[in-house]
Amino acid sequence: MIEPRASEPPAEGAKATAQAKVSVRDLNFFYGSTQALFNISLQIAERRVMAFIGPSGCGKSTFLRTLNRMNDTIPGTRASGEVLIDGADIYAPGLNVVDLRRRVGMVFQKSNPFPKSIFDNVAYGLRINRLTTNKTELQDRVRQALEDAAIWSEVKDRLKTSALGLSGGQQQRLCIARALAVRPEVLLMDEPASALDPIATQKIEELIVELKRQYTIIIVTHNMQQAARVSDVTAFFWLGKLIEVNATEKMFTNPNEKLTEDYITGRFG
Amino acid sequence: MPTLHARRYATNAVMTTLTAACAFVAVAVLVLVLGYIAYRGIGAISFQFVFETPKPVGEGGGIGNAILGTLILLAMACVVGMPFGIATGIYLAEYGAGRFASLVRFLTDTLTGIPSILVGVFVYTIIVLPMKQFSAMAGGVALAVIMIPIVARTTEEMIRLVPASLREGALALGAPQWRVTTGVVLPAAASGIVTGAMLAVARVSGETAPLLFTAFGSRFFNVYLDQPMASLTVQIYNYAISPYDEWHAQAWAATLILMTLILVINITVRFFTRRKI
Repeated sequence: MIEPRASEPPAEGAKATAQAKVSVRDLNFFYGSTQALFNISLQIAERRVMAFIGPSGCGKSTFLRTLNRMNDTIPGTRASGEVLIDGADIYAPGLNVVDLRRRVGMVFQKSNPFPKSIFDNVAYGLRINRLTTNKTELQDRVRQALEDAAIWSEVKDRLKTSALGLSGGQQQRLCIARALAVRPEVLLMDEPASALDPIATQKIEELIVELKRQYTIIIVTHNMQQAARVSDVTAFFWLGKLIEVNATEKMFTNPNEKLTEDYITGRFG
Repeated sequence: MPTLHARRYATNAVMTTLTAACAFVAVAVLVLVLGYIAYRGIGAISFQFVFETPKPVGEGGGIGNAILGTLILLAMACVVGMPFGIATGIYLAEYGAGRFASLVRFLTDTLTGIPSILVGVFVYTIIVLPMKQFSAMAGGVALAVIMIPIVARTTEEMIRLVPASLREGALALGAPQWRVTTGVVLPAAASGIVTGAMLAVARVSGETAPLLFTAFGSRFFNVYLDQPMASLTVQIYNYAISPYDEWHAQAWAATLILMTLILVINITVRFFTRRKI
């Protein structure tokens, strides 16, 4: 049996952070009667980028989606264990899922802009959550979000045109802007650059490195080199189990587990 | 002995020709019907025909009241039928997993096939008899009853076509289910819903039997909803079964006008909802 061995990333300063932003304990997840995640325990520190890597079907996307309870939309799913965000269990009965999803934003693999204007796309989250009180504030927040997503200069002259007229990379950055507009605390990214060309990918990766100054980011990626480029901590999943969590540099040069080393060197996967 | 390749090639050619021939026959029948109606009907069309009321045989007259009546009846059918139809479609698409929804879906499918004359008799019993008179209102309700199942099913189909990724994107921003439906799903499905609704209108505009028992028909211009009202289909029926040649010619012309109305609705719908992206 392979045992997961987690090691905390080296903290800045002498003291480690007292409480991780996201703390998962013994999470098991089931699609109907099929178990997809086995006893996952993991701590995610604030304002870091954590990457989930692993072969196809290992459960990394499933695990990502448990963090904002998007799996609830799939009938027949069940989770047991604890997922604490800022110390509060998000699977506690009676928790406001809608509010959780505002605090934990998500960017999907295939960009999914609404068939509305660019402005309305970014403003959607602000409007439904009533986060602004007047039109000027709304416009400012939208502009801020588009700037944070490094797309403002490209769209500032055509905010009222349809979002579907943007290129693939632009649409993905628009989706990131849309997610950032509601000022989430945690940002989940499910293979955000997998459908994009290298130049667009590079822009997204630069954006992630920039964003981690303000947000806690968790990124699922198939691309190990991408994980090595952008993340501080990497978690390796295999067949629904968490094999190893380590500082990225250590993970890719001298991992603790043999399985990790085999995956990283390409012996399987 | 023919090779496998040659045999397959021949079979392909035969089947292609056969299916093309069947398609041609189907379209040819339609074109012949439309062409024949146009040929027979064009003679009696005149400005007077379109704007006047019917007159005794030999004095000319027109179907102006019938055209107006059809338009009013269709408008009423829309006002009554669209909200129920679209709302049912939304319910089936968004909350359609339970047993109640399955029952609703089954009944809706059954009702799309109900003979329209039965709808006419039903509305006669519940509206005309208590009111003790035929009325345009009853006619509108009858048409609405026919329209509702059709609109419900097409609305459901159009909403289901909205990709799940759009819904997920909205949910991930912290939107409750109903906001996802109203703010993202419905706008995305809007053009499809409108298409389905307009095609349902085109379909019920050709109904005669339900109107015989409800709106009944009239020889005068009428805009009051609690009075009998003329309609193109009933007027065509009355003229066609009469013994007068002049009225037969008017029936053909009225048929041409009705057919044009339906074609215009269909073409307008297709034009305004053509895919822009």
